[in-house]
Amino acid sequence: MQQVLAAFTEAVKTAGPAGRHLRLRGGGTKDFYGQSLVGEILDTRRYAGIVAYDPTELVITVRGGTRLAEVEAALAAERQMLAFEPPHFGDGATIGGAVAAGLSGPRRAAAGALRDFILGVRIMDGRGQDLSFGGRVMKNVAGYDVSRLMAGALGTLGILLEVSMKVSPVPVAEATLKFELPEAKAIETVNRWAGKPLPISATAYADGELDVRLSGAGAAVREACQKLGGERLEPAQAARFWAGIREQTDPFFAGDEPLWRLSVPSTTPQLLLQGRTLVEWGGSLRWLKSHAPAQAIRDLASRVAGHAALFRGGDKGAGVFHALPPATARIHGRLKAEFDPYGVFNRGRMYADL
Amino acid sequence: MNVPAQGIDRVRQAEIVSRLRARLPAAAVLFQEEDTRPFECDGLSAYRELPMIVALPADEDEVRFVLQTCHALKVQVIARGAGTGLSGGALPSGDGVLLSLAKMKRILAVDPVARIARVQPGVRNLAITEAADPYGLYYAPDPSSQIACTIGGNVAENSGGVHCLKYGLTVHNVLRVRGFTIEGEAVELGSEALDAPGYDLLALVTGSEGMLAVITEVTVRLIPEPEACRVILASFDDVEKAGEAVASVIAAGIVPAGLEMMDQPAARAVEEFVHAGYDLDAKALLLCESDGTPEEVEEEIARMIDVLRAAGATATRVSQSDAERDLFWAGRKAAFPAVGRISPDYYCMDGTIPRRRLGEMLDFIGEMEKKYGLRCPNVFHAGDGNLHPLILFDANDPDELHRTEQFAAEVLEKCVAVGGTITGEHGVGVEKINSMCVQFTGPELERFRGVKRAFDPDGLLNPGKNIPTLRRCAEYGKMVVRGGVLPHAELPRF
Repeated sequence: MQQVLAAFTEAVKTAGPAGRHLRLRGGGTKDFYGQSLVGEILDTRRYAGIVAYDPTELVITVRGGTRLAEVEAALAAERQMLAFEPPHFGDGATIGGAVAAGLSGPRRAAAGALRDFILGVRIMDGRGQDLSFGGRVMKNVAGYDVSRLMAGALGTLGILLEVSMKVSPVPVAEATLKFELPEAKAIETVNRWAGKPLPISATAYADGELDVRLSGAGAAVREACQKLGGERLEPAQAARFWAGIREQTDPFFAGDEPLWRLSVPSTTPQLLLQGRTLVEWGGSLRWLKSHAPAQAIRDLASRVAGHAALFRGGDKGAGVFHALPPATARIHGRLKAEFDPYGVFNRGRMYADL
Repeated sequence: MNVPAQGIDRVRQAEIVSRLRARLPAAAVLFQEEDTRPFECDGLSAYRELPMIVALPADEDEVRFVLQTCHALKVQVIARGAGTGLSGGALPSGDGVLLSLAKMKRILAVDPVARIARVQPGVRNLAITEAADPYGLYYAPDPSSQIACTIGGNVAENSGGVHCLKYGLTVHNVLRVRGFTIEGEAVELGSEALDAPGYDLLALVTGSEGMLAVITEVTVRLIPEPEACRVILASFDDVEKAGEAVASVIAAGIVPAGLEMMDQPAARAVEEFVHAGYDLDAKALLLCESDGTPEEVEEEIARMIDVLRAAGATATRVSQSDAERDLFWAGRKAAFPAVGRISPDYYCMDGTIPRRRLGEMLDFIGEMEKKYGLRCPNVFHAGDGNLHPLILFDANDPDELHRTEQFAAEVLEKCVAVGGTITGEHGVGVEKINSMCVQFTGPELERFRGVKRAFDPDGLLNPGKNIPTLRRCAEYGKMVVRGGVLPHAELPRF
């Protein structure tokens, strides 16, 4: 692994002064995501492997190029999991790619986002320096939280060499309930339920059907099933359904309309936009398959205090991610310059000027 | 430890006062010593310095004005909440303006359906839970000083509490903050949605000890109150066994609502103080809390008792009522003041280590007690591996003070050596700034300084805290409590 590191250092140190760009890439499963792909590929999969995993610590430390499936298998063997259920979008997905994309799956509203589980990182910055932040412990307030800054930074601030994450026990019991109701009612219902001490771990609504997953202690899941009613899915069917939501293989995601990701306050009423909608995260995440103009979608998201990203397909010319206010954009530019002064990494992947 | 009060430049002071009073009422711009004296320190009273000026803005416009004015005149600004912090993060400067957010204490909105509260920074942590309570909701992070500490300070320090293993720290429970850069520009970080575009600046600002921006509004997440809550009090005849029991609980797939540990000397000190009925023959006591529906709690309590007994617990008691639960916790929560009664002074550390090293760490502390001839009772957030060893000493004996400093230095070094951190929840502030040099390399510290420059290019917000200059990288720092008395001695500390 030392040789791989040396090769990374060499690549970074020579690219910078020469004005060349590097495109950090693991399995390439998220190549579709983000603004633009620029530069010579640096394959992060060469730096792979689980560095440390002690189930009683609830912490795993892995090299960035490790396949996500390998990490999940190691955890599953100890009846543990990544509670944020990161989408893979393909067999080759790596943990570094998952952290860089910062995306979380169905359990996000209940358990927290990927960034919430990041305890520490080791990165290589744009000068080829090997830097560690955070640690492998649950509580750590020494210095600024640079570790979480890496989550969702789309590889623009450095190569993720190692990541330490908090892991969680697999819930003892699980059940998925299905209800038929209109969208407005479904949004109101999932918000109301979220305010009760119910073990809801995921919700998904599309085309008149609301699916609610319950996870937790046996007694808690049993009781909640009784309280909520609905039709209970077979375990295998339920597992397939949630995998389909997480990996976007559910029929909803088929079709050639652009896929928009709207992140909004959970109580936001049904969004009246042309196209089809799938509502996740207790109302906070609205997937939209639509040919509506980008500006109309963005304006609507802004009006409800949310933001919209062009997730898949469509014309990236109008910008994939929601524009930042000037003061925030300036801070972004300065942070980029501190971590990657030559602008080597993933140029333009998030915003054109980063 | 005392930072001598700098001579205040009266000409500059007068100029800044007059500039600030152009917009703020006279009563909100203090500079006479009798008015500024109460602000000379925070919860770490060993460090004191009289601020040049204290500004007490009442709203965002006034905050913006103070920041713009100070930025134009290149004056340092040190933000302060309730001043309960334990690491000197709000230590004033004789050259700077202390910006107290205490007047901004309105709860702006509680939305029970969206389960959020929007509050000003001077709102007390517990006041949020009190406002949410009628809806069956609460704000989860519960630092021990929660009756006094403010949410603005909690964001600055990324405060924890006894329930953070299950419910997270401040960073996990804040959705959005609004604030101002030193230039007086408004920024909104995070969102009332579950994420925001761009870099996660909210995470960066949380725990930044007031060095990146001044927070003027916070949106927190509220969660449903559990229907039931019970705690197990377990005794062990060996400290290492208790440490292993903690690992066994986690290994069994249980994440308790709280998992706390006290060794025998700590238990004896607190029992004398609060009469919680602790087992004083036990070498270590564990408190394991379960919350949820009554059925869920019953199931989890039974499982935990099995695990604890298998791990060698000599006795287990389960709270039979909320009153008894409070009593079991009372001792743990009174640990600092109780220890303060049995020794003229004590040093409190805040290191965090991987849980599996607890036993080893306790042995190490035991050896250090012998080596330095000083006692050191231990209380821990065992579930998080967050230690609060309390070294007992008498500051009037210069040799004891010296030995205490060496003792503490060795313990903090050991925390870093076993893969932990110098501070789990109290923050770096001025207190542990030298210890940062042991945890981070020069280039890492330089990157922290780069992060600060990205927000505050002139280095005017709370300078000299948290991140040491390379020149400073020489020795460890620790918390000294004079006479065993903390400021705000009425607050529980754990």
